[in-house]
Amino acid sequence: MPATALRQRLAELRGPSVAPLPLDARALAALAANPGCKRRALLDGAGVNKAALATALGSPSGFGQSQFAFMRGNAFEARVKADGGTELMRLLYERMGAGAGPGCEPPVAGETHVPDLAAAGPEGRAARTALALREATAAGMWTLLDHPMLALEVAGSPAYLEPDAVVVRPDGHWSVVEIKSFPMIDESADAAKVGAAARQAAVYVLALERVAAKVAGARVGHAVLLVCPKDFSNLPAASVVDVRKQRSVTRRQLERLTRIEDLAAALPEGTTFDVDRPAEELAAAVEAVEAAYAPECLAACELAFHCRAKARAVGAVGALGRSVRGELGGLTTIGEVLAAAEGTAGDPADPTVAALRRAAALRTEALRAAAPTGAEALAGARAGAGVRC
Amino acid sequence: MSLISTLARLDAVRSGRAQALATVRHRHLSERPMVFVPLTTAGEAGAPLGALVGTDRDTPRLLAVTQPRDRDLRFAFLAELAETVLPYIDGYADDIEAAERNETDPETGKRVKVEVELCSDAPQLIVPSRAGIEYVRLLGRSMRFRRTAEQDPDTPYPAPPHIPLLGRWLTHYGERARVPGSSLLLAATDLLGRHWATGQSSLEDQHLGALLAWIDPTSGEAGESGAEAALRAELERDGDGQLVCPPAGPATDPAFDNKLLAPAIDRYDRARKALAAAEDGLAADAHLGELAAAERHIRELLAAQMRPTWDAVWRALDLLRGLPEGARAADRWTRDRWSYTGHRDRVRAGEPPQPRRDDAVTAAQKLASRETAQAQLEAQEALDDPLVMAGRRLAGEAFTSEVLDVEMTMSEGKRPSPRPLVTVRTDDAPHLGERTKVYRSLDGRPQTAEFVRYEEEAGVLVLRVTDKMGRGKEPAPGSVPEKGERICWTLFEHDQRGGPQLPDPEATPWTHGGPPGASAERPDPVTAEDIL
Repeated sequence: MPATALRQRLAELRGPSVAPLPLDARALAALAANPGCKRRALLDGAGVNKAALATALGSPSGFGQSQFAFMRGNAFEARVKADGGTELMRLLYERMGAGAGPGCEPPVAGETHVPDLAAAGPEGRAARTALALREATAAGMWTLLDHPMLALEVAGSPAYLEPDAVVVRPDGHWSVVEIKSFPMIDESADAAKVGAAARQAAVYVLALERVAAKVAGARVGHAVLLVCPKDFSNLPAASVVDVRKQRSVTRRQLERLTRIEDLAAALPEGTTFDVDRPAEELAAAVEAVEAAYAPECLAACELAFHCRAKARAVGAVGALGRSVRGELGGLTTIGEVLAAAEGTAGDPADPTVAALRRAAALRTEALRAAAPTGAEALAGARAGAGVRC
Repeated sequence: MSLISTLARLDAVRSGRAQALATVRHRHLSERPMVFVPLTTAGEAGAPLGALVGTDRDTPRLLAVTQPRDRDLRFAFLAELAETVLPYIDGYADDIEAAERNETDPETGKRVKVEVELCSDAPQLIVPSRAGIEYVRLLGRSMRFRRTAEQDPDTPYPAPPHIPLLGRWLTHYGERARVPGSSLLLAATDLLGRHWATGQSSLEDQHLGALLAWIDPTSGEAGESGAEAALRAELERDGDGQLVCPPAGPATDPAFDNKLLAPAIDRYDRARKALAAAEDGLAADAHLGELAAAERHIRELLAAQMRPTWDAVWRALDLLRGLPEGARAADRWTRDRWSYTGHRDRVRAGEPPQPRRDDAVTAAQKLASRETAQAQLEAQEALDDPLVMAGRRLAGEAFTSEVLDVEMTMSEGKRPSPRPLVTVRTDDAPHLGERTKVYRSLDGRPQTAEFVRYEEEAGVLVLRVTDKMGRGKEPAPGSVPEKGERICWTLFEHDQRGGPQLPDPEATPWTHGGPPGASAERPDPVTAEDIL
């Protein structure tokens, strides 16, 4: 399928009058975390607004950002980048400057070049960013790109990404800067949040590498600078995070992503995710693309409640967690597993079935031994007052 | 997760009700715990928004911060929290019993017994969720380095008295909560999740309302299954877009922040500005009234967010009290009492607050003691609870058996002692190798035997009992298994020994950073901006 035909097809999927929702690094990182999910790949690739789709399906997502967090995050980022990035450049040199080669003098306050990256549309901004990167590398001076735009082809369609900042060193070394508003207390931060930031930054590094390949003398650093509020203040603290591992994982998974055009081609003619269509039609359209639901989706995907309801309705064991699914071998539905455990189905020679039967027998025996106390406990519990939640 | 708990989850899906994961309660619950339901401001580190706290389920104390970015209001909140929590914690400090502890005599280097005090009970804090435990740690960290005007008259923004002390206690509780099996600071979701399996994933179990809906037989509307009630607890919103069952915190629901809280705080800010700008007494009175009304409104909003969680935590405690306490939970509670007593002594001795980072020796000690506690917890839970033991049997780490025959033999050597050979039959499949040690509980103390051989008949094996039979040639009565007796043997030890001795912190080798510096920790620098 030629590119224009694909674009045409994706526009049909999205609905005739709907502008595509750009893919961001967070979405890409989430996509890479669940590469088997064709539903997410297609909807994200087509730029469908999944939040609106989830609402139209009757399972609205619970995502939202508190305006307090939003304001605080913006205020912190503005503070870090204030005065032409003086504070940011100081932190960067302090944390990452040691390895710089000759000709890499410390940045002088107020003399960092901050090019204007304004342009029309994401394509224009991406082109402007690429030009600014080329110029900065050729000029050999400290340059801070504030909110540059990078393009990365994902599953056959371009995604536009906007890192918080990219710094170009005089020796042509490019570094991604990620500014987050979770605190770094006593030089350590929440591991889960740092991990998410690293995965996100890895996507930027990948996108930057595409640009750097065409620029002489440019190198992209595999270490990114993570800037967070220090302790309980809003002073910035920085830490270097090596994202080589996340980068290779993300790259492999992005390559593995089923190509969107194949997914789109497999759909019945006339399928659309236009939220103006009736809910049943939408549900059928969504159902036509296979999903890979796991409870982790609840934190990362707007459609998760819809997919969870469907997974629960068919009794998929995966809805109870990936580890549960892994433990049960080839048995994929709750009915199958329970039938195997109770001896009404399954091949006793199958080690999973044998283990299940043994577990069921041991569990019954233990519960029977403890039955009197268990019954008392339940009776006691029933006597209590009902609580709304 | 063992296959047995997986089966319990699947059973819960089918029946629509939570299933037992334990037949006894594996954590000690105080007669008079203090429940603490905190809320925090989104996006800020350690800027509390409000809390419900207290020991009486009918009269929680409501603490609220009407403008979370105001340092004085935040200090007032923390001072009020200290006023509530410290008397509760101190209330256990003077009720003591005599105990003995082994200590190394500094002069002779010998181990001697020393008479020490042990508090006969300890204060227990219960928070709604695991995030609440982290928040207790965070509050502790944000407070313990604060300086009061009394400690340091030059400190720029002196904290009200007691705030640093509360910080030290909360830090201690937060740290203790990392020891497996400890009960000084517990999360309701962890407690419920340990004892019941729901028909949802363990991630979804982090939602206290949903978790309780599965477990509580009186929850939900008539005829509603636990699954349906849990779904409503998780997602149901009223006409205003607000969650009917607010999150257990400390994070708030963004819809609450944006739609209700932010306008209320704006109103408060406006009233405060108007009051400050008031020109005469009459106008000031009117503005004061508006300010009080705005403040009341915020307090009501916060109370409405926290009250369902408060009730849910108490309901969780009711359900847990319905289970009889495991026999060995008291032993772990004694360790918690030691922990409490130890910190009481450190505070009384005027020691400085806990450092920001532990030195190498302390850190290694903590890790080693947590590992020991984990192994001990696993062993004790299995011995207390046949359902947990079933999991160990499934894993080949324990087996129940019927004694078929006992043959008396004697050990060789100068003083022959009894070494009875016991033939048993088991349906389990333990992982036994040559001379593998196995243990059984004999009047609460472990007796050791070793595996000798398998007999030809399937499931029949021979063990040799090696200890706990007295000093004489004849084994003490009741110390040898008898024919027909049913015995559960474990391959894991019942008691855990601590690891090897570590050097004193002063003797930390240079490979581990050398001895820790003697300088006391400095307080956090205060920024011009209004951030704690």
